[in-house]
Amino acid sequence: MPSEEAPATPPLTGPAPGRPDARTAPRFLVCPPDHFRIAYEINPWMDRRRRVDRPLARRQWNRLIRTLRRLGAAIERLDPARGSPDLVFTANAGLVSGRTFVRSNLRHAERRAEEAIAEAWFVSHGYEVVLLPRRLRFEGEGDALSLGRTLFFGYRYRSDIRSAEAVSEIVGMEALPLELVDRRFYHLDTCFRPLGPRSLLYYPGAFDRYALRVIRDRIPDLIPVSEAEACRFICNAIPIGRSIVVPRGLSDATRSALSARGFEPVEIDLSEYLKAGGAAKCLVLRLDGRPGGHDRLRL
Amino acid sequence: MFSETIELTGHIIDSLTLPKVLDEILDRGASFEILSIRVGERPTDRSRAEIRVSAGTEDGLAALLRRLSRLGAVPLEARDARLAPCRRPGVFPDGFYSTTNLPTQVRLRGRWLDVRDVEMDCGILVAPAKGTARAVPITDVRKGDLVVCGHDGVKVLPIERSRDREAFGFMASAVSSEKPKAREIRDTARGILEARAAGRRVLVVAGPAVVHVGGAEPLERIIRAGWVDALFAGNGFATHDIERAIYGTALGVDLDRGVQTPDGHDHHMRAINAIRGAGGIRKAVRKGLLVRGVMHACVERGVETVLAGSIRDDGPLPDVVTDTLEAQAAMRRAVRGVGIAVILSSTLHGIATGNLLPAAVKTVCVDINPAVVTKFADRGTFQIIGLVMDAGSFLRELERCLPKRRPRPRR
Repeated sequence: MPSEEAPATPPLTGPAPGRPDARTAPRFLVCPPDHFRIAYEINPWMDRRRRVDRPLARRQWNRLIRTLRRLGAAIERLDPARGSPDLVFTANAGLVSGRTFVRSNLRHAERRAEEAIAEAWFVSHGYEVVLLPRRLRFEGEGDALSLGRTLFFGYRYRSDIRSAEAVSEIVGMEALPLELVDRRFYHLDTCFRPLGPRSLLYYPGAFDRYALRVIRDRIPDLIPVSEAEACRFICNAIPIGRSIVVPRGLSDATRSALSARGFEPVEIDLSEYLKAGGAAKCLVLRLDGRPGGHDRLRL
Repeated sequence: MFSETIELTGHIIDSLTLPKVLDEILDRGASFEILSIRVGERPTDRSRAEIRVSAGTEDGLAALLRRLSRLGAVPLEARDARLAPCRRPGVFPDGFYSTTNLPTQVRLRGRWLDVRDVEMDCGILVAPAKGTARAVPITDVRKGDLVVCGHDGVKVLPIERSRDREAFGFMASAVSSEKPKAREIRDTARGILEARAAGRRVLVVAGPAVVHVGGAEPLERIIRAGWVDALFAGNGFATHDIERAIYGTALGVDLDRGVQTPDGHDHHMRAINAIRGAGGIRKAVRKGLLVRGVMHACVERGVETVLAGSIRDDGPLPDVVTDTLEAQAAMRRAVRGVGIAVILSSTLHGIATGNLLPAAVKTVCVDINPAVVTKFADRGTFQIIGLVMDAGSFLRELERCLPKRRPRPRR
């Protein structure tokens, strides 16, 4: 580990002691921010002139991991790689369903080296890796989130709509594509956060009218957030059990809405990651996802 | 109108992608036709729609297709054509693409090629090294020839219906013996002039009834005036024309007085025998045995003639091609470059010719039997004038409509 880091990195395997047993604990794949920085600009949030405070980024990441473990998650580690600063955003590595890993085909060349790195990890951990045809762009869990028996699929800026069909076939689940229309919310996970099997935290302004209609038709309980909140990446949250890890900046209204549904918000400052256009959810990839099957999934 | 057929698959209904695509088409001022739609039954099933999209300009269509491709619509013809080799001579590979008579293109290495020699009920033979594609009849393929299979990478360009009433329009109105003919006969004459002006050939197909109803004389004059480049007929037409030339009768019926002559029933055999003795029609003309008539005019004017035989034939005349495949091949060669075909009182030769012609070739079908004219339209010969009348009246009127000055002869 680099010597500059002050706080100790918590151990990265297994749930914290005293928590629910490993069978029901959610498992996440994360990647330490050893090489995280703004090296290029591939989304509207990135600006190479704005430098990342690297020790702060490290502290923020460590705090996220500690919080997840405290809430009962098991954490697995992907080694960072020089030249892939965005490898920290493991949500884009692909989509896990049981022991199958559907690897991403990342749109931007700047991130493409991450694909082989992620693939190698999953192969060595005994997963069956499925590759989509090269021409179909797919950015993993960043654009594919399930709610109930349906996989919602964001497309346009990163993932192609036709990947929804391919992924649907692989995981055996209905996939409904939703078109994203605001460049700032270029991944589904920046504006769409399923909570349990029937609720959704989302920013309506990120979707076109057809997508909004589908959302309203399909999801009984909707919690819209304001543009200001959305720009603080409130929707890029990680629900675990009765808690929800969310970037700082929750409005009172949203806080009450979450509490009313039994979710206790745990706010974390992830300012350095917002500089790259990502926040809490982007930094983790669900490993125990079973989108084609049962209700345990809380993606 | 510029069109492309797109395919949309997936959960296109529940995701509202299908209505979104249709709205997008309409919002851009284009139009669509849903060719097929199959809805998946269970939530995990895919649905599939095939939609023909049409726009007024090529650029407009291209821009629309780019937008639609982001919504998952894929042009059906976006893949290269699949080729498979013929395993035996005269046998197409399984799943071979069977042609229509419409203008057709195939996609090879990302580029669209026109299929030459368009003809219905053929395969498409591709020479990838030369970058060529042509329609090929089943009898003509050799072992190893590459033929298009399936529908990928094949585009058929429909012949657009024009809005204004055109001479060679679609068979929109019912075929009837009661429609006034004068205008359509004038249109036929104009069609002949336009074909020549465009550097294309004029084909006439004639059945024996043409001679019986007194149509041989005007036809002969039209040929001598230089208006015909090719003639398809059978043993019957040629024999009766020659019988008329020698005896003034057709099957023994005096064509001037309309009465059966005594012993006239064997005139046609004597005519056949005379030509067989001379060694053929051309030789009969050279020897002065045949001095008038349509066949004589064809020899003198250098009209490319194909006489195709049938099992009904008496004789036949030596010029008749008795091998059917050989006759088809000869007709196929003669049909190249034809811009207009006039089919007179012949079901057999008329339909055979219709089978060989690309849909874009203007066709005039004249027959006393409405069923024959209808049959032509049903076969997909699109640019057609159908006239229910006797060929004699038609030809006399056509002769009147054609200009008197002799055109330069065409070969």
